[in-house]
Amino acid sequence: MTAPDVLIVGAGIVGAACAYSCAHAGLRVAVLDAAGIGGGATAAGMGHIVVMDDSEAQFALTRCSQRLWQGLSPELPREVEYTSSGTLWVAADDEEMQEVRRKHAYYGARGVATEILDAQALAAAEPNLRPGLAGALRVPGDAVVYPPCAARWLLERAGIAPRLGMAITSLGRGQARLADGTVLSAGTIVNACGAAAPRLTPGLPIRPRKGHLLITDRYPGWLRHQLVELGYLKSAHASDGDSVAFNAQPRATGQILIGSSRQFDKTHAEIDHAMLGRMLRRAEQYMPALAGLSAIRTWTGFRAATPDSLPLIGPAPGDPSVFLATGHEGLGITTSLATGALVAAALAATVPPIPPAPYLPSRDAAHHA
Amino acid sequence: MPPTTPKTIAAALMAAGQSCRTSVTGEPRGPLCGMGICFECRATVHGVPHQRTCQLALPQHSPQSPHPPSPIPHSPSPHSLLVVGAGPAGLSAAATAAEAGLAVTLLDDNPALGGQIWRGPMPEAEPWLERLHSAGVQILSATRIVDAPASGHLRAERAGQVLDLEYRQLVLATGARERFLPFPGWTLPHVLGAGGLQAMAKAGLPIAGKRVVIAGTGPLLIAVAAYLRQHGAQVLALAEQASPAALARFTAQLRLSKIAEGLRFARILRGVPVYPGAWPVEAQPGGVRLSVRGRIREFACDYIGSGFHLVPNTELAQMLGCATQNGSVLTNDQQQTTVPGVFCAGEPTGIGGLERALLEGAIAGAAAAGRQPTPAQIAERDRLRRFAHRLDRVTALRPELRSLPRPDTFVCRCEDVSFERIREAAALGGWRAAKLLTRCGMGPCQARVCGPALEFLLATPPDGLRPPLFPTPLSALC
Repeated sequence: MTAPDVLIVGAGIVGAACAYSCAHAGLRVAVLDAAGIGGGATAAGMGHIVVMDDSEAQFALTRCSQRLWQGLSPELPREVEYTSSGTLWVAADDEEMQEVRRKHAYYGARGVATEILDAQALAAAEPNLRPGLAGALRVPGDAVVYPPCAARWLLERAGIAPRLGMAITSLGRGQARLADGTVLSAGTIVNACGAAAPRLTPGLPIRPRKGHLLITDRYPGWLRHQLVELGYLKSAHASDGDSVAFNAQPRATGQILIGSSRQFDKTHAEIDHAMLGRMLRRAEQYMPALAGLSAIRTWTGFRAATPDSLPLIGPAPGDPSVFLATGHEGLGITTSLATGALVAAALAATVPPIPPAPYLPSRDAAHHA
Repeated sequence: MPPTTPKTIAAALMAAGQSCRTSVTGEPRGPLCGMGICFECRATVHGVPHQRTCQLALPQHSPQSPHPPSPIPHSPSPHSLLVVGAGPAGLSAAATAAEAGLAVTLLDDNPALGGQIWRGPMPEAEPWLERLHSAGVQILSATRIVDAPASGHLRAERAGQVLDLEYRQLVLATGARERFLPFPGWTLPHVLGAGGLQAMAKAGLPIAGKRVVIAGTGPLLIAVAAYLRQHGAQVLALAEQASPAALARFTAQLRLSKIAEGLRFARILRGVPVYPGAWPVEAQPGGVRLSVRGRIREFACDYIGSGFHLVPNTELAQMLGCATQNGSVLTNDQQQTTVPGVFCAGEPTGIGGLERALLEGAIAGAAAAGRQPTPAQIAERDRLRRFAHRLDRVTALRPELRSLPRPDTFVCRCEDVSFERIREAAALGGWRAAKLLTRCGMGPCQARVCGPALEFLLATPPDGLRPPLFPTPLSALC
């Protein structure tokens, strides 16, 4: 077997998007995963396609990705569940309404259509929210997908049969060593292992950040938009401590997915009941009727968090044969497509869709934080 | 024979020829298990969606228990012994432990005590209920455990209310459920489990004069056929997948008491065609086709009861961290699991039937009170376990049954996922890949139906048990 141009380690949504873009750029691509397709953070995450504005670099990456998702959406099969539900950034009080107006102006100046909802319009848009909220910003271009099937589709579309159940023990200098001792060579090896990336590329500034989610039975029409509280910004989500925020998503099935929690330095995947309870109580503060809905399942996952909340996309410091595509924290489903486009542009030496500098692993993280 | 009137909403809907729900692809569905685990009988009741109607009594029928449920404790005290499951093993454990002086609380998901085998007014259960009553056992019926948030602490739900139960010791007597195997047409509303059909008949589904086919494997089929016939059903066929030779080997080793029981059933079933080496291949509206030793035979019938022996309910044990082996909870001589203070008795330790459940319950209840099992008890349990092993062998599923589902047959009934889609996805990484890529096992039954079927069909045992143990109002997890 001739060595591929690109060997991608990790068949999550980011690895799959890299494979998709590289194959489209004419590169010969192989994909490996220690387990299955989309079995890590891809399986655990919400699947929210969202434009963010925490930094210009984050905006550029999420906006580019959102447009790529929109472009793909007519091709996506039903099981990918692409749904243009839009996001409502929910403001609880006047202070948060200021933030709604700021976001509205920010997005407007950059060509993203949004709409300010007052209290009445918000109540009409989402009747199950509690009365007395101040309003919301509606971002109609945001969407929801079912990530594991999206990852599978991206791989299939690229004509790639990933080699699954293949654990890599080390990689570097154009080679990857499998647990059984086999050595695979490739022009470039992409480390797309999410929170596990530092195991293969030691020293990466990535910390696993645990999250909890809960899904309900089917309640079609009960919730229409992805809801995110704006208190998110004020809450401890920005700090290192444990935090929760109200986040609710309507699935194509009529189920409701409820988040979110953030915890550093947890290594066990078990449910932390205190954290789950805190997260659900927060959700009930916004939607009291959630309390009576039938909960089917809870689970946890690990986001790959970086100090400046931007992913690492580009050559690994000290070994240009290894490319990094990790550190997407809670935005990996959204930013997978732009990540793939950036990786493919770098490896095929074509024009990148957005300037790659803010995401290069060699950046001075402190500078971007 | 007195006319039967439905006692539960599910029985009333079935009696009226109505389905309970429409599946996610639009198929009409009715009860399968009849005991609250399959979630096929869900309906919106009093404006609340997703209610299991097999567990909901019609207004004029209060729960059949002679002892009304005790009031819910306002501030739960640490119960000395909590027994989960009020079938024979749980009743036996609770009575034994309470008579030995422990403060015992007994809870069950069902509205009435007795479990599946003693469902409905059963004279056999009466002495046990009396013993519980005299020993002062606190009873929480229609209560299900939904989570184990911390050591020594279970969370339960009862009619939408959340109960926090603390315990020092625990007996898991969570029983078993039927194993269902998918075949074309098995999702039609006239196809139920064998035990499921009996449970519906006990819940008042009129069965007199109905034409019934019973098919699958295991002694439950005989008991169900006999029960239905005694209640006036026309049992057209009893199809047992085990080969005639395997059945002959099994019966040759039976003890006299079992032979006597068999003869009693044989008298009741006189004239009913019994087909060994036979199984259902397809159900159509109004009928079923059986494969009978290589030939297809068609039966026009009102109901099909199809179950392939039993599967231990080990979910709570697993959530508590108890080790399992070959699908059963591991226990020592005193019925203690690998988790200190947690005992397990009856079907979860291996499908063994009534006598074994009563004995293991008694051993567990005594052990919780600090008493060792007697040598006679140990010898008897060993004998019953040997019997269970022989039963496992005779009910072992023949490989032909793996080809029962067609590519488009739904295997996951909650999410309507076809066998073909599951097989394709499982090839990419077993149960987890199948689950993630097709949603199989991700519906409200939480793989209790499709999990054991897929374990047989594709050798992919389910994994990834996550709270809640059963779907529960979200507030129970706060």
